[in-house]
Amino acid sequence: MNASEAASIRLERCAKTFADGTRALEPLELAIAAGETVVLLGPSGCGKTTTLRLIAGLESPDPGGRVLFGEADVTALPIERRNVGMVFQSYALFPNLDVRGNVGYGLKVRGLPAAERAARVEEMLAMMQIAPLAARRIDQLSGGQRQRVALARALAVRPRALLLDEPLTALDAKLRDQLRLEINALLRRLGITAVYVTHDQAEAMALGDRIVVMSQGRVAQIGTPREIYRAPADRFVADFIGVMNRLAGEVRDGAFVCAAGRLPWNGKAPVREVLFRPEDAAIVAAAEAQLTGSVAAAIFLGDRTRLSVDGFGAEPIIVETSGRHVFAPGDTVHLRIAEGALLSL
Amino acid sequence: MRRAETPRLLLLIAPAAAVFAAFWLLPMARLAAIAGGGPLGLAAYGAVIANPRYLQSLIATILLAAAVTGATLIIAGVAGLFLARNRFPARGLLVAMLTLPLAFPGVVVGFMVIMLAGRQGLIGEIVFRLSGSRPVFAYSMAGLFLGYLYFSIPRVILTVMAAAEKLDPALEEAARSLGAGHWRVMRDVIVPGLAPALVSSGAICFATAMGAFGTAFTLATNIDVLAMTIYTEFTLNANLAMAASLSLVLGLVTWLVLALARSVAGPGVAAAA
Amino acid sequence: MRRAGGFYAQLAFCALVCAFLIVPVILSVSAGLTVNFLQGVKSGLTLRWIGAVWSLYSDTISLSLLVALACLGATLLLGVPAAYVLAKRQTRWTRLAEELLVLPVAVPGLATALALILLYGGFRGFRTSWVFILVGHVLFTLPFMVRSVLAVLSSIDLKTLEEGAASLGASFAQRFFGVVLPNCRSGILAGALMVVTLSIGEFNITWMLHTPLTKTLPVGLADSYASMRLEIGSAYTIVFFLMIVPLLLLLQRFAGERR
Repeated sequence: MNASEAASIRLERCAKTFADGTRALEPLELAIAAGETVVLLGPSGCGKTTTLRLIAGLESPDPGGRVLFGEADVTALPIERRNVGMVFQSYALFPNLDVRGNVGYGLKVRGLPAAERAARVEEMLAMMQIAPLAARRIDQLSGGQRQRVALARALAVRPRALLLDEPLTALDAKLRDQLRLEINALLRRLGITAVYVTHDQAEAMALGDRIVVMSQGRVAQIGTPREIYRAPADRFVADFIGVMNRLAGEVRDGAFVCAAGRLPWNGKAPVREVLFRPEDAAIVAAAEAQLTGSVAAAIFLGDRTRLSVDGFGAEPIIVETSGRHVFAPGDTVHLRIAEGALLSL
Repeated sequence: MRRAETPRLLLLIAPAAAVFAAFWLLPMARLAAIAGGGPLGLAAYGAVIANPRYLQSLIATILLAAAVTGATLIIAGVAGLFLARNRFPARGLLVAMLTLPLAFPGVVVGFMVIMLAGRQGLIGEIVFRLSGSRPVFAYSMAGLFLGYLYFSIPRVILTVMAAAEKLDPALEEAARSLGAGHWRVMRDVIVPGLAPALVSSGAICFATAMGAFGTAFTLATNIDVLAMTIYTEFTLNANLAMAASLSLVLGLVTWLVLALARSVAGPGVAAAA
Repeated sequence: MRRAGGFYAQLAFCALVCAFLIVPVILSVSAGLTVNFLQGVKSGLTLRWIGAVWSLYSDTISLSLLVALACLGATLLLGVPAAYVLAKRQTRWTRLAEELLVLPVAVPGLATALALILLYGGFRGFRTSWVFILVGHVLFTLPFMVRSVLAVLSSIDLKTLEEGAASLGASFAQRFFGVVLPNCRSGILAGALMVVTLSIGEFNITWMLHTPLTKTLPVGLADSYASMRLEIGSAYTIVFFLMIVPLLLLLQRFAGERR
């Protein structure tokens, strides 16, 4: 598979209102480069699956919306003519065909001669490492195996784009981790344009060249994983990705003053709230402390301890430490925030 | 708790078991005995095959049942699938009307056939206005065919609709994503998905048509199906043994077909048998 | 969503099938209400055919109702406990019992009736009473009640419910009437509707079992189709529809809700 077959995808002014009146998607603009892997991330109901289905051709955008593959306007084309490969959450493998039959189905529909079809199917089975399963029936396969067959089937037709709808949600945690790595490697190697829908932010960070964070039918932020994590555009993104600590206070004399202490702040506009990630707060000795609080709860997680620290305001601050010190509720902790780690929105 | 429960459970099911044994098992056993005890003995069972008149009757019944089953599956399959997958204003009304005849007894269905194809029937009237000849086919095999179609269609439509609703839409979308057009999807995904329901309701349709009596009785006289033959043997010829053996053969064939259906489709077979 | 061309063709097809099923019903209803069928509605509407039906066949109507209600009572008493037993145990005996129970439905009514007559025809009192017909109806409708209740019982966690009640001190009778029965209410109701509907419409068995004094409505119908004029047969059918259509509608509504 070469990258030149992969298409760029563009959505212009695409909104979606369903027949019963639900507004699933507000007008959306999205540009995906050829060969890029974009992850649509958000909680249920945010519109990510609707967006995927618009790209696929399973739904049509409200009038005025356009879907383009490369330079071609495919808005009016139904899915069967868009030449996309789709992997469904439930895999949707045909129970009346065996593995070989499933993988070769798209080629059969396209009228490929039997010999060529067989060759392509074997190639796909080898690539997904499921050649020994070729003659098995679908109900004899495990979840992970079905997942691979679904991928093989979608890729066999050399699609212009690969669309994945929460493909790993139905699997257990260990399998999910393993397959995530495999899918990531696969997408890189093939250089195919991929749109991946998930509600799991760890998955999104691991797989996406760029992440589109969505909420309630709107795009909250588009960016690389680092951008999303380090510079969230709004509260929703800040809270949805990882854990974000909040401090309420005010700016006075070049510092941000809050209930627990003072933090150096040279931001321009006056802010009432600053944010920082737990890993940017270090536990230090009293002399170097910027903030001081008391432990409300300490949870030992094995490789680290998560502390819930009071004294900073309405919500406790989450801090993680990998030291061996055992913290008890009521202990005093002194924190120092890393340089440049403070954010404001 | 299990060990102590058993006598109580036996007690609870005893009345039903007793009624069933007394009024069905025992009589059936007697029927089988009588069938084997007539002038021909056990050969009475074989007489069904040997006697040309009975054989003809059996074959005619089987052919009729098969024809009805085939026609019903096609008609009700198309209609049921359409109704299950489309929503439009009059849909509820259509469904209600199509399933209304579900519990009409055979007699009433026979009367409906007379209304359609009898001497003063609607079809005859329409054809008369168009061409001058008035076909009256209610009292023949064609009329019986129509009648069996009448009560089979609602049942199969219900089964098809229920099965169509359970189909996984993702399978269809997957086929479409691989390039399959409408008819391809129908052939490769929908029909295989509906196959168990079609087989089971087809079997019930066949079994019902085999054993139906009321419709044939109403349309009377010269229709030669097995149920009527049995009836005539019993009432007109007082040939108990023959009637008994014929009805047991009929019962056996019907039961076999239904057992086959249940094994293919599982317990989800439509309750209205 | 664009309507494919096939949509309207299929819709027309459905409408045609619908017409095939409904038009005769309409025809027969109108026939029972017009003065003269051959002349159609032009000849005027009248209730006299229905009146004639009442004077000729009112005993069949009341007998049908009596048998249906008795059948309901019998299937409730026999079938609900049986369904409970079948839900509690899934051994090969209970599976056999389920298979056996279905037999009177699978085997043509003719055979069942014949068998009954052969064995019990000698008991004159039994043979000529309406109870004879009741027996046939019960055999035919019992599986439907059992299946309906069994379906509901199988879908709830019966074991846990009962254990919960027992742990709180309930005796078997208290558990059965206080916990089990209320939880299969929908199955009992659906089964009851089915039983009554089937009993009112039962013909195959009843025709063989009936005597001139024990005629049910369908038997009377066959009689009138054969020997009375079309208008009376139609009017009689109207009476039958009036009895059965409300039940069918209830059944439809009920089945639709459960889904």
